[in-house]
Amino acid sequence: MYSHSSESLIQQAREIQEPELQKFYSRLVKLLQGKELGHETVDSLQRLYLILSATKYTRMLPSDLQKRLRSLLLSQSEQLQVLSAAVLRETLPLSGQEPNYNQENPAQLNSHATALLISQAVTRTDLSFFCAQLLRCLEGRPSESPAHSLLYILPVLNTILTHNPKCLTEDHVTLVSKKLVDWLRYASIVQGGGASSGRFFTGPRSRQPLPIAELDGTVSGDFFTVLCVGQGFTEDQWMNVYSFSMLRHWLLTYHSVSNGNTTVDAANRLQLSLSLSLSFSNDDRSEVDGSVVSMVSATSSSSRVLPPKERLREKAFQYCQRLIEQSNRKAHKKTDTELQKACLVEAVYILDCVCVEDASLVYRTFPSIKALFGRLSSDLLYARVLLPIAQFCLNHGELAAVDCDSMWKLVFGRFPAELFSDPFLAHELLRFLRLNLENIQLRVSQYTHFFPNLLKFLAWDSPAVVDDFVDLLPSLVTPGTTVELLHTLLDLPCLSATLVLQLRSACLPISEPGSRSLACLDAFRHSSSRGLFLFLLRGEAGSGDTIERLDDLHKLLAEAADWPRVIHCAQTVPVLLHIFFNTVVMVADETLLAHLILVMLERSSLLFNIPTYIKEIHRVFSCHLLRLCKLHPSLIMYQSHELLEFAGTTANVYTKEELYTHVP
Amino acid sequence: MVRCFLIHTVCPVSALSAGESRVLYSRVFGPDEESERTPEERRLLQKEKIAAVARQVRSAVSLTREASGRVLVELVPGDEALALQDADSGVVRLRAGDPFSEEMSVLWLGVQSLGFTMVCEPHENLLLAEGTLRNLTRHCLEHLHMLGQGSEVLLRSTRIDVLLSRLLPHGQLLFLNHRFAQTLEKDVAAYMAM
Repeated sequence: MYSHSSESLIQQAREIQEPELQKFYSRLVKLLQGKELGHETVDSLQRLYLILSATKYTRMLPSDLQKRLRSLLLSQSEQLQVLSAAVLRETLPLSGQEPNYNQENPAQLNSHATALLISQAVTRTDLSFFCAQLLRCLEGRPSESPAHSLLYILPVLNTILTHNPKCLTEDHVTLVSKKLVDWLRYASIVQGGGASSGRFFTGPRSRQPLPIAELDGTVSGDFFTVLCVGQGFTEDQWMNVYSFSMLRHWLLTYHSVSNGNTTVDAANRLQLSLSLSLSFSNDDRSEVDGSVVSMVSATSSSSRVLPPKERLREKAFQYCQRLIEQSNRKAHKKTDTELQKACLVEAVYILDCVCVEDASLVYRTFPSIKALFGRLSSDLLYARVLLPIAQFCLNHGELAAVDCDSMWKLVFGRFPAELFSDPFLAHELLRFLRLNLENIQLRVSQYTHFFPNLLKFLAWDSPAVVDDFVDLLPSLVTPGTTVELLHTLLDLPCLSATLVLQLRSACLPISEPGSRSLACLDAFRHSSSRGLFLFLLRGEAGSGDTIERLDDLHKLLAEAADWPRVIHCAQTVPVLLHIFFNTVVMVADETLLAHLILVMLERSSLLFNIPTYIKEIHRVFSCHLLRLCKLHPSLIMYQSHELLEFAGTTANVYTKEELYTHVP
Repeated sequence: MVRCFLIHTVCPVSALSAGESRVLYSRVFGPDEESERTPEERRLLQKEKIAAVARQVRSAVSLTREASGRVLVELVPGDEALALQDADSGVVRLRAGDPFSEEMSVLWLGVQSLGFTMVCEPHENLLLAEGTLRNLTRHCLEHLHMLGQGSEVLLRSTRIDVLLSRLLPHGQLLFLNHRFAQTLEKDVAAYMAM
């Protein structure tokens, strides 16, 4: 795939000499002066792009070439638009020629020129001006703008407000909110014309417009969403897709409740929710939204219309409820099934978001979330969808007086135990823990209890998740778990090997004819040694700090000592031990510390035999033994016998000396 | 939003030191976060950030391949579907400041000697991102004949630009059902035929 020819192309581009480059520029200017720009021009432009992009040092273009390229940005040919934008992106604008954002008319720009403009924007003012222009376009519909131009406005807006939410004024936010409501909730419910009509989007068919359909082929009975299909799509149906695609980000940017903590007093929220329910209105078109079961009965008969932001919130709520219902249908295509999952994730996150903003929605939302959980909780293929539900439970479970126990059993129990080898689930679950740590420690009492399960992610793919555990490990160190945790960390490489065996055991038949069988796999399956492995595979703490026959286990796993996965794991243990000990001194009393010292001394001669591993662990131990003794000199008194024994046998001369000087 | 998309080597390259990665294509979306600097510095910083991402993914890919012990099978044009099915995949977490100002989730697909990488902002729907990345990779493999010996990824980079402008416009992930996707892909195919 990556060939010598590619490498040499890049080298040539990087090493082109100035005289040759200047000649090339001149030739290109001549080519661009021609009436027709043919293949030679296109190839030369592509070559220019390669030359400019191949090095991180910026090359300047002569001004006449730059000027010609800028005019190409507005060419009719998309190829020339793309090429000129790509080239200009790799060089600097001529001084004095910087774009004037107040004057650029987005209706005349194409997507590529716009992207270039945004990438070169320097100040927030630039972007604000441009936003204002964009929104003028949005407001002024229908207009004569080329077919595609409206479509990219929402993505452009979204990318601008990522760094610069203040680029939009209150009025702008209101305008966009109104537009989003229209597109999300009131897009056309008939299909566009067939694809054979040859146009990108199509108005409704002149005769017998067909209604849109669901992903399982049935006719849609409700408003248009991203999970609806048709032969062709109308413009507002496209805008429905773009609107939903940016909805969450929009809500997070302009609707979020800015308090840092989500532990708002439940009574206050209840009062808030009751008073808000009275200001609820029916919207014009749908009287009773069949898919929404309202548990807040006091919807008033007043026809007071909600302000735009609140209206958007309500429509977002309805859209997500509809998506949840639509995801229950059996899609004909696999890619659509995957889309349904992604929609469920998004819908639940958005519902979480709007419920944080308006607590009255919790009562209306919870039934469908609960039903969704019931539907999906036994299917591991939907594990990643259950994480947003867990987030919802964490944020709102208390308000809805729901027992989230079965949720936590899944998240801390089944998921790590069975899905430890899924890198995406691991990433998302650990991220969920990191972002909600305080809340979890408060509300999920059994969190630390599940550390053996959580460490499975680490044992399986240490390089990918060690960073997450650097952040999470301190939360797992409690007086109750310390000793067992220390043993588990020291045996992490063994867990790594065992997880490999567990997976292999599930895949391979009991006896493979003619193949080389692993001794440790046999041991894994054999009844006399199985118990040792099962201890390592336990999900919860509390059944014992370690096992009696640890030595036997190490011997049974001996051939795993050179497995790369096991070695990667072993390399991360020292770092985690440092974090462990640094945390321990803050939570443990002297008795516990004394116990830990004993464990260290005992384990220093009982470690899984990977060559550098034992040495590294000894180094960590020496460092922390010393530290603990310095902090608590009385410990030396308690343990003096064992310490001296340890000092006598260890190869660490430095430690020996220090210990001797400290022991009275 | 997606902050950037890149295609880079994940195999040893003789001209580079071990662990380094050659970036064949990169595209950053949105305004630059380093607005305090000169345009030249900004470009340099951007290239360096991309190089840093490529190195991290290179490392992740080789560790994953080492751990799984799978042997890479040589594939030829026509095997694109198989290449995608067999691809290694994973996520790298980038801490805030290293190198982007916010924490990022970097999704990657390792197809033979190349990595296809997507840097996603926090709060992004990673399920959607993963699907989009796979789709983009499939299109790149097919439209740029990447399983062959050719260098189209370098000589026809505009095809990737156009692909991105439809399927990931300005870094926006899109919820596309198969009908919407088909329409966009037809549009892309029309461009590729030129």
